[in-house]
Amino acid sequence: MTQAVAVREPAQDAAGRRFERIQQLVEEYGASRSALIPILQKAQEEYRYLPEEILTFIATALDLPPSTVFGVATFYAQFSLEPVGKYVIKVCDGTACHVRKNQALISSLRSRLGLKEGQKTTPDMRYTLEIVSCIGACALAPAVVINDRVYGQMTADKMKAVLDEIERVEAAAAGDGKEEQ
Amino acid sequence: MTPTVIIDGTPVPVNGHRNLLELIRSSGVELPTFCYCSDLSVYGACRMCVVEVEGRGLQTACSTPPEDGMVVRTTTEATQRIRKMALELLLANHQGQCQTCDRNMRCRLQALADRLGVRRVRFEAPADRETQLDEGVALVRDPAKCILCGDCVRMCSEVQGIGVLDFAGRGSNVRVTPAFGRSIDEVECVYCGQCAAICPTGAITVRSAIDEVWKAIHDPARTVVVQIAPAVRAALAQHYGIAGGEHALGKTVTALRRIGFDRVFDTSFAADLTTVEEGAEFLRRRASGGPLPMFTSCCPAWVKYAEQFQPDLLGQLSTCRSPQQMFGALARKHLPADMGILPEDLYVVSVMPCSAKKFEAARPEFAQDGRPDVDAVLTTQELIRMIDQAGLKPAELPAGALDLPFGFKTGAGVLFGASGGVAEAVLRLLSGGRGRVEFREVRGLNGLKEAELEQDGRPVRVGVVSGFGNARALLEEIRAGLKSFDLVEVMACPGGCVGGAGQPWPADTGMRRERAEMLYDCDAVQPLHNAADNPFVSDCLERIGGSDRHAAHSLLHTGYRPRRRIDGQVIELDEKPPAARVPVSVCIGTNCYLRGSYDTLKRLMEAARREGLEEAFDFQATFCFENCKASPNVRVGEEIHGGVTPEEADEFFRSRLLPLADGRSCAAARE
Ligand code: SF4
Ligand code: SF4
Ligand code: FES
Ligand code: FES
Repeated sequence: MTQAVAVREPAQDAAGRRFERIQQLVEEYGASRSALIPILQKAQEEYRYLPEEILTFIATALDLPPSTVFGVATFYAQFSLEPVGKYVIKVCDGTACHVRKNQALISSLRSRLGLKEGQKTTPDMRYTLEIVSCIGACALAPAVVINDRVYGQMTADKMKAVLDEIERVEAAAAGDGKEEQ
Repeated sequence: MTPTVIIDGTPVPVNGHRNLLELIRSSGVELPTFCYCSDLSVYGACRMCVVEVEGRGLQTACSTPPEDGMVVRTTTEATQRIRKMALELLLANHQGQCQTCDRNMRCRLQALADRLGVRRVRFEAPADRETQLDEGVALVRDPAKCILCGDCVRMCSEVQGIGVLDFAGRGSNVRVTPAFGRSIDEVECVYCGQCAAICPTGAITVRSAIDEVWKAIHDPARTVVVQIAPAVRAALAQHYGIAGGEHALGKTVTALRRIGFDRVFDTSFAADLTTVEEGAEFLRRRASGGPLPMFTSCCPAWVKYAEQFQPDLLGQLSTCRSPQQMFGALARKHLPADMGILPEDLYVVSVMPCSAKKFEAARPEFAQDGRPDVDAVLTTQELIRMIDQAGLKPAELPAGALDLPFGFKTGAGVLFGASGGVAEAVLRLLSGGRGRVEFREVRGLNGLKEAELEQDGRPVRVGVVSGFGNARALLEEIRAGLKSFDLVEVMACPGGCVGGAGQPWPADTGMRRERAEMLYDCDAVQPLHNAADNPFVSDCLERIGGSDRHAAHSLLHTGYRPRRRIDGQVIELDEKPPAARVPVSVCIGTNCYLRGSYDTLKRLMEAARREGLEEAFDFQATFCFENCKASPNVRVGEEIHGGVTPEEADEFFRSRLLPLADGRSCAAARE
């Protein structure tokens, strides 16, 4: 029921490499306006969202006004300018899920993750909580999707078990990382 | 047969009109529009210009090329319904209160709602509209009033070539905003205000200083003096229907005295002073081998543009302060003694055709002990409003005389208000001619004008550009060696200051041309035409330093610095930097990036890795350290090091970074 989790790398390498990747993309696609969308797509894969300073860097490299890059990044739904956690938890709020008391699930999730009103992502960038409209899994209501995997007939207890498992995997991975150093 | 379109039953020859809209307007039907401006590309989004074309149904006239034999009807049941509905949708989205809006009675949305007879709005406003007011030093954005016509977006990117504003978001969340929703003061805006001049509503306006100025006038302790810029008089003449710019100025002087200004001066005097200083500077540079071309420095939007986008040219900008700031410095230095008042009681106002002058007056270089040389800048529009508030009608007032000494000018000083005017004033000075030597090549509204003059047996080649799109193109040609000049005049606003954002609406091409012509007439009626002949300028130079060039220099000249385009952004290359590490930031702003700073960064990080010292440094990539002339730049701790090219990177690491890491690396090695 758990997912494979990449072993954590030494922090500064990961950050440096990601940024290097952006420069590689610019070289690969060429510094032209038509390269903007593919570069943004790849940049989002690297960072899981589009940080402002990366957008400014892309604008610099492509010789475009930052406002244009911001405009494109906010136009397409595929791009996110907000940080997205490593685990994206989508709770379905379609009619079927709603009548099956997903609200209780949502509030228990919020308090477990310590998310304040209006906050979607935990400060450690591990979880993002999204409330989405019908995901087409009404038979399994209330349904929750975590990184593309669907969990049906969720209860607060089942949810707790899933999160505990994720935490266990993460803790183990962090431990490995330390030993390596 | 000439191609002809039938408009409302009448045949109208196409006559080279680019689109149906212009053709229809030429036939006498004033089709309404929001998103059409003849100087910009066609956007076709507001739907106000819909017409019925036989066989094609409803079309937006602005985006339809006229074709021979087309049958067009402009006012039909359908076109009226659509226009009204489009307008209602705009009004539902527009959250403004006309009575308290800066554009009240001057708003195109208001005017069209009235003209089309909209009496109710059947739609609801979307709930999630951006409504945060953004008040900058020179401009105020009120997104709640924006109708998304995109005029400002196209103005800034097409005419000015900058692109500060763009659409962001989608669906009901679309908005027009600087990058990242930043405020206008945090981004690369140069405050030319052309976006405000074209905005049909009150969504972008020039920040008003009216309240501050009234306050100073009403304060009995204050002595309030005012300078009036050259271009202002032409707009006043138009606005009040007074024949002649100087005559309009004279009547306005009377109004200003009645309002309570203690002295009224003419910025054209300071413009003469600028001409003399700039001419001398030009000759010095020419004698000492450059660098040329020298660029003019009177337009504060151009100065900011150069600081942000052309830092390598900053050494070529004339060091002369603009006339506004020369006046400010002189007023502070001499007026308190001349008028027998305490220096702190002197309140200096300027009336400018310009929004960027508000930014200029607020620059820290132009303040002493925190007090700006110029306390408040009013636009022409604000001046007109104050005169209205006082209930005065300049057209009915007798003309008054300007005060001395800063009220006396030559015709050359008045030319500054039109594109080509600074160049012409300097050319006159260099020509040594006493009369009204005219340089017609630098006049008119063309984006680029050129002229040549023989001086001491050598040609002086002069280029004149207005609008940053034109300026950028010219600079590229100069860089590519395709054009070469000795002196280049740059103005932000198409046509020069006469088309500034502080002038009354509309600032269309016709109005700009008329204003420029009025200034040439003002020149003609002056007794003197060469700045060198202004006796008050010579007196003034004598008084501030005599032979001591240094004293004059510090008062009348200034310096420039590279300026970053967008505030505070850092790319962390180490996720959790321990505090003990040495912070190393490599600039990846445009200038440094173009000189290979990315590779510098990579090499420094590689060197650290090679030496096993990753832990000793905290690498970052940041934007512009405002030291672009020395690009590529690396900041270690607080200190900025220039010229760290990729080739220099290894040496730099050895000589500068390694020593800093030493203590730490030993510790690491022992472990
Ligand atoms: S003031 Fe000029 S530079 Fe600034 S956003 Fe408007 S048009 Fe662009
Ligand atoms: S700010 Fe003004 S010019 Fe710009 S899109 Fe909005 S209404 Fe149009
Ligand atoms: S003017 Fe034609 S659509 Fe706006
Ligand atoms: S771009 Fe300005 S210092 Fe690097």
